[in-house]
Amino acid sequence: MAVSKPKPGQRKAVSLISGGLDSMLATKVVMDQGIHVEGINFFTGFCVEGHTHAIRKKDKEKEKRNNSLWVAEQLGIKLHIIDISEDYKDIVLNPKHGYGQNLNPCLDCKIFMVNQAKAWAFMEENGFDFIITGEVVGQRPKSQRLETMPIIARESGAEDRLLRPLCAKHLPPTLPEREGWVDREKLYDFHGRNRKPQMALAAELGIDEYSQPAGGCCFLTDEHYSRKLADLFDARGERRYEVDDIMLLKVGRHIRPAKNFKIIISREEGENNFLSGYRREFTTIKCVSHTGPLALVDGNPSDNDLELAARIIARYGKARTADKASMQITPKNGEGFVVEVTPLPADDIPKEWHV
Amino acid sequence: MSEQATHQLNTRRLLCPLPVIRTQEKIKELKPGDILEVTCTDPGALHDIPAWCRVHGHTILDTQQDDLDIIILIRVED
Repeated sequence: MAVSKPKPGQRKAVSLISGGLDSMLATKVVMDQGIHVEGINFFTGFCVEGHTHAIRKKDKEKEKRNNSLWVAEQLGIKLHIIDISEDYKDIVLNPKHGYGQNLNPCLDCKIFMVNQAKAWAFMEENGFDFIITGEVVGQRPKSQRLETMPIIARESGAEDRLLRPLCAKHLPPTLPEREGWVDREKLYDFHGRNRKPQMALAAELGIDEYSQPAGGCCFLTDEHYSRKLADLFDARGERRYEVDDIMLLKVGRHIRPAKNFKIIISREEGENNFLSGYRREFTTIKCVSHTGPLALVDGNPSDNDLELAARIIARYGKARTADKASMQITPKNGEGFVVEVTPLPADDIPKEWHV
Repeated sequence: MSEQATHQLNTRRLLCPLPVIRTQEKIKELKPGDILEVTCTDPGALHDIPAWCRVHGHTILDTQQDDLDIIILIRVED
């Protein structure tokens, strides 16, 4: 589909595109009212899309696509992808409105994204008039409730230039509605977790293919991932992270035998390749006498810790039943050396070491 | 490749969507007619960078892939 350009005098909106159905519908509804719409999508570092698909070999065999780009292409709109991963740290670490079930700061996240969209949209060179989201009142327990809608509008600074076309009729009229840029009567009153109205609208608008991510598109809503992030903070004794840290939490088997070090063991070839990219930043351990995975050692391990790590890693390869395994240990800035170890029996790895 | 790149961008080791984001940032600095050669290692970029170019109206002149790298040649349009 050819991408449209704004006509002179045409009102312009920027739409937060997640790649899911709701933002796709919200965008289409406003486009159909003659508004020029462009999409915006944010990279936080915690996005489920992209990275894990790129890393894991089994996922590589599936057809990959970036759903937000796919949606933009289906709608015939531009999509601007913005890297907010640095500034996003403060949202994850200090959410004013607290976390959801895991380390997901959903309300602060939405406020931040609308704020970032606003900053981008209302820059003189971009010159947009308002912002669209696919929010639906009552759809999400933390961020999409009737009480949170005005909070997002106010704290993001978007105020009444924030339009939620799918549930606009539950909310006071916004500037685009009051000014007649969009017809409020042609907006919707969706609410709750029932997806049938969205599916019916999709059918009505001729949208027959869309992605329905199970559990959302953010790793922070994932219990296991949040546990690994909490473990990282705990081991460091402070709540901070770098983008590489949060990438590594998505990959491999994480085993922490002690507070001062953690082992990240690849589970397959794709993860092996990915972890090998970190050889200069971490001590690595690999079995050289048998086939086995590559592992990174994070933290400050002693020589005894490295030997224990080597014994643990040995049991995740072909050496698991061998009496001895030769393990190559390569410090991040030093010469590699080989140690002979006895692979640790599975029963000797306490359950609580698995992060 | 038939057309000569006027600008280069290395996104090796970056995972999607970062190669797309870097391409987007680079193209913002370029002018219509410039030809950008993007080198990446994430196979996802082979799908995502052309998709981004299509929605922004830029032209993909060529894509090549060998064991190590993926090279995407883009002509910047107005």
